[in-house]
Amino acid sequence: MAKKVAIVGVGQTRCGRRDDVSMPEMIYEAVRACLDDARVSIKDVEAIVTGSMPGYMEGVNDPQYYLADGLGAFGKPLIRVATCGSTGGSIFHSAYFHVASGLFDVVMVVGYEKMYENDPQGTMMNVSDPPIQRPFLAGAPGAFALQCIQYMHRYNIPYEKLREAAAKISVIKHENALDNPYAHIRVKITEEDVIKSRMISFPIRLLDCCPSSDGACAVLLASEEAVKKITDTPAWVKGVGYAGDEQWFGDKDLAEWMPPYLASQRAYKMAGIENPRKQLDVVELYDPFTWQDFMWYERFGFCGKGEAADMVMEGVTTKDGDLPISPSGGVLCTNPIGATGLQRVAEAALQVMGKADKRQVSGAETAFASAMGGIVQFTAVTIVSVNP
Amino acid sequence: MSEVVSLRRNLKRNTLDVTVSLPYTWALGEVWTQFFEALKEKKILGAKCPQCGRVLVPPRKFCSRCFVDTSELVEVKDEGVLQTFTLVYYEFVNQPRKPPHGIGIIRLDGADTGFLHFIDGIDFSDPEKAAAQLVPGKTRLKAVWRDKREGTIFDIDYFKPI
Ligand SMILES: [Zn+2]
Repeated sequence: MAKKVAIVGVGQTRCGRRDDVSMPEMIYEAVRACLDDARVSIKDVEAIVTGSMPGYMEGVNDPQYYLADGLGAFGKPLIRVATCGSTGGSIFHSAYFHVASGLFDVVMVVGYEKMYENDPQGTMMNVSDPPIQRPFLAGAPGAFALQCIQYMHRYNIPYEKLREAAAKISVIKHENALDNPYAHIRVKITEEDVIKSRMISFPIRLLDCCPSSDGACAVLLASEEAVKKITDTPAWVKGVGYAGDEQWFGDKDLAEWMPPYLASQRAYKMAGIENPRKQLDVVELYDPFTWQDFMWYERFGFCGKGEAADMVMEGVTTKDGDLPISPSGGVLCTNPIGATGLQRVAEAALQVMGKADKRQVSGAETAFASAMGGIVQFTAVTIVSVNP
Repeated sequence: MSEVVSLRRNLKRNTLDVTVSLPYTWALGEVWTQFFEALKEKKILGAKCPQCGRVLVPPRKFCSRCFVDTSELVEVKDEGVLQTFTLVYYEFVNQPRKPPHGIGIIRLDGADTGFLHFIDGIDFSDPEKAAAQLVPGKTRLKAVWRDKREGTIFDIDYFKPI
């Protein structure tokens, strides 16, 4: 039987181009902020879980060695987990398992990336199998565009309707990011800006795409016993779910996409959620490409099949809507990949702790966080709540 | 390696700049070797799973779902039905084909899975007009083979709507 686990501290760095700090300094910044937030010492932390993109991304092939000091890992168990974009979800789940097992009381999880230190699409071009599929990946946008076109044709939704809704999604998230001091892209844009931005990989245009960011995020987890000593306002971890797909593009149903469905069903079952649209108060989505949101909303059960664009146009997903999605501005505005999935968990936790400042959704008690990685391969889902 | 790794101070960004170049050598195994050899003869092979009966393209030694060895290699057609596509207008680093071009997943006749490759041979100047010419579930495409074939995935130059 899993022990109860809560999030008791969150530390985030400012994101964007962080030429002002080396990689260990940036990580130290997040860990230090997390310890300060929880008002604990590094000596209280029993184990560290960390993760990032493949070593390719920054050209450091044993980063846990280089970064051990910044992570506060001296004398502690330290593991690094890598599942591409879903790393932030995977490392959080791994840290959760540490505490839920009863073997650890206080565990720190740290995600990071410094994407300005290389051409990140150069890494993305090299993530699939070398001999057969690799040449046909047009960076991350190309892979996800394949999915969006399949979705559009599966449900026979007019291109113009999805184009309009995707532009609205971009506008909503850019507006949300203005309230997030840690966000990378903080500019006001219009639907017209999105629709007129340059084509990257049809149907995805530049303002449908996330940026590449530098940034780090740290989250502190504690057992029920340890929580009492640290905070009165923890965010309890109520459900975790994870699922993965195969490696061959042509084997998968990209539209009725299996991993997000399975991962969310697993997390909902654990958290006792039967109607996510009603029971969730806020969603921090792993949302790097606007067009992909349609599939996320549907596969996570926020609406029915083919209904996501209507949900957006009805205003459901805005910060004051019925189900606010990514009040932080989401991945669309900030994307230091190894940290990105963990930022979703951190933001979800801040919402239920009532510490989300200007991006706070009033009365948020149950929050959802997701992560995706490995070219539509993996999905991680985490549910947090004010209630133990 | 004779290359000297040099560290350069980039004073504009205050960074340390370096290029790391490493050669790699990837083993292919028997099934992919046969797949590549067949491409030289303008033939595309799939592998049949004895348990689920699917013809898997590209071929593999084992079926990932049934987790048993595939039993035979079968030839599939070099044409089939489009499953999905994208049109690439942005040039990424190390991209083997210059944009604009298409990428498609095509279910080749005789296969139970889709095959990922380039789409070309259409006018890409207007993305929306180009996209309207490609209808998943309907549009049929055929492989355009290179004259000089060397037993790699590039022996097929691209797929073209027919
Ligand atoms: Zn099988």
